[in-house]
Amino acid sequence: MRSLSRISAIFFKELAQLRRDRMTFGMVIMIPLIQLILFGYAINTNIRDIPVAVVDQSQTGLSRILIQMVEATRVVKVTERLSTPEEAEAAIKAARVRAAFILPEDLSKRIVRSPAVGLGTPPSTDEETSRPVAQWIVDGSDTMIAGAIKSLRSMPLSELNRQAPNRSTPTFEVALFFNPEQITAINIVPGLVGIILTMTMIMFTSAAIVRERERGNMEMLINTPVRPMELMIGKIIPYIFIGLLQTVIILGLGHILFNVPFGSKTFDLLVGTLLFIGASLSLGLVLSTIAQSQLQATQMTVFVLLPSILLSGFMFPYEGMPVIAQYIAEAFPATHFMRMVRGFVLRDAGLIELHKDVLWMIGFFVLGMFVAAMRFKKRLD
Amino acid sequence: MSRHDADIVVRAEGLVKSFKGFRAVDGLDLTIERGMIYGFLGPNGCGKTTAMRMLTGLLTPTEGSVEVLGLSVPKDAETLKYKIGYMTQAFSLYGDLTVQENLDFMSTIYGLTGQRRKDRVREVMRRYELTDLKDRFAGKMSGGQRQRLALATAVLHEPQLLFLDEPTSAVDPESRRHFWEQLFDLVDDGTSIVVTTHFMDEAERCHKIAILEAGQKRADGAPKDLMAAMGANVIEIEGPNLRDIRRQLLGSKGIMAAAQLGARLRVLVADDIADPEAFLKAKPETDGATLIERVRPNLEDVFVTATGEGRQ
Repeated sequence: MRSLSRISAIFFKELAQLRRDRMTFGMVIMIPLIQLILFGYAINTNIRDIPVAVVDQSQTGLSRILIQMVEATRVVKVTERLSTPEEAEAAIKAARVRAAFILPEDLSKRIVRSPAVGLGTPPSTDEETSRPVAQWIVDGSDTMIAGAIKSLRSMPLSELNRQAPNRSTPTFEVALFFNPEQITAINIVPGLVGIILTMTMIMFTSAAIVRERERGNMEMLINTPVRPMELMIGKIIPYIFIGLLQTVIILGLGHILFNVPFGSKTFDLLVGTLLFIGASLSLGLVLSTIAQSQLQATQMTVFVLLPSILLSGFMFPYEGMPVIAQYIAEAFPATHFMRMVRGFVLRDAGLIELHKDVLWMIGFFVLGMFVAAMRFKKRLD
Repeated sequence: MSRHDADIVVRAEGLVKSFKGFRAVDGLDLTIERGMIYGFLGPNGCGKTTAMRMLTGLLTPTEGSVEVLGLSVPKDAETLKYKIGYMTQAFSLYGDLTVQENLDFMSTIYGLTGQRRKDRVREVMRRYELTDLKDRFAGKMSGGQRQRLALATAVLHEPQLLFLDEPTSAVDPESRRHFWEQLFDLVDDGTSIVVTTHFMDEAERCHKIAILEAGQKRADGAPKDLMAAMGANVIEIEGPNLRDIRRQLLGSKGIMAAAQLGARLRVLVADDIADPEAFLKAKPETDGATLIERVRPNLEDVFVTATGEGRQ
């Protein structure tokens, strides 16, 4: 009974302090809002309109049609016309363009023999058939850009022959579930919930205990009969509500702005989000018992935040990482939440299907609270 | 020894606290009786605060034993916390909460509930003149007001024993006088108080004091008894060139200390010299003096003889 009233006293005290801390309160709303708009619009793995230069050494009607066809794919956009490959290389080096399209003098001869045009198969002994019609020079340092231009490599040229494109039968049929239009935002927005919650939850709680120490409140507090666990629980409850509020902002606005679905698993989503909030808050509390100042607490938050962004599968597929990196990623709550939230929202998966992540999250939360309460000493030495 | 245990609130034996080899408290024995104000007097860094923190269980003694209100510390520190109040040296309440909110928070933390809690908060606000300030943010109040709030918070749960760590270091003299009246009111109600200070006038108000230096107790007892048993007589000299006289006197036999106080030189003469006035007048150094007279000793003289250069 005393415990309950003490926990609620700490809860209302935190709430009163939070309400008066305009800066923090503003961040609660502004961080998800701004990050959502920023990431939702900015991150796009479907690359379009890459600036390229064209070196047309053949200067024929055919070469102009070919350039138009390439531009019509919307993958690239011709921003410069140059006369020699050397000038094109210089333009790439100076980063004016990311690639150059070089059409050789004998373009017409090559096109006629190209199987892509579909004028029938020339004799297979003709070594000229193996020659591509033109060349791309690409700034390959960015793998995404390089990949986009590589996708043009076997572009069909049958339109040159006034035939309808895509007549050829693909080797495999690929059916895209859950995001058939391949809109990046649909994958990014639910993941963003995990990143924003990692950032704000750990940041707020990692400062929670340190702040009391810095402002001198701690010496008085440890002279009272308050128990460490009461203090920890009372301190995290306000942030649970904040976390839920942020989740609603991100998913709600994501739905309005980017048509991200909610999925039908609202209850599972709520439970999963609460578990993740709990895990992040308990991690923040552990950091708070280690940090000696609010500055250190912030630095430690960044230490957790960066791998949460880069390793959790938020930006780069988890499966693409080396096994060791995958093990490291498993340690971060964000990795598990990333799977959970995308499962609930995009694939209509439930807690049962994702029980491994659910159990891990519960374990993390319990362990975190326990460690934080153990580490919090009501002593000064 | 255990016969009077009910009347002993603090008993410490051979208390030592080392920080990386530095002995902040070095073999302290204390016996503090119920119903009095007991002062720790000493300069900054003498171990006052460290000693007090060991008594409340905030620090674990390196050596020695502590018993407070019959409870062994630090073993039973959590039980003890319901029975003691503590006022930290620096203001440690929440500056971004109002007076009312601070008191509500702390009273609940101390386990008070319902109507009893509300009545108690109202009572301490009235008693420490905080009722009109109840919606004021603690961080925006004056030193004296903050100190009243800190005291009000420390006594919310009606502790038997109150620890005050340099309670008046940040307040004006009038608030200080007022504060001490409130402490005596608490003693009248049956509270025992342990207070640290480096102000002589405050120490003089205590029922008993312990003079600490370098973590050790140099003397203890009632201020009046300490003055009587000082082992020195106090002589004041008036005249020109007091600084020269002081320099020449220091170090000569029988002179324990000499300090200039405005236009007078205050000299402590060891009490094995039967007639200290004649003894000083006979010295060639005091030839130019216009007045040599014996005066009543004060606590500062006790402090000087008990510590530092005056100690023998």
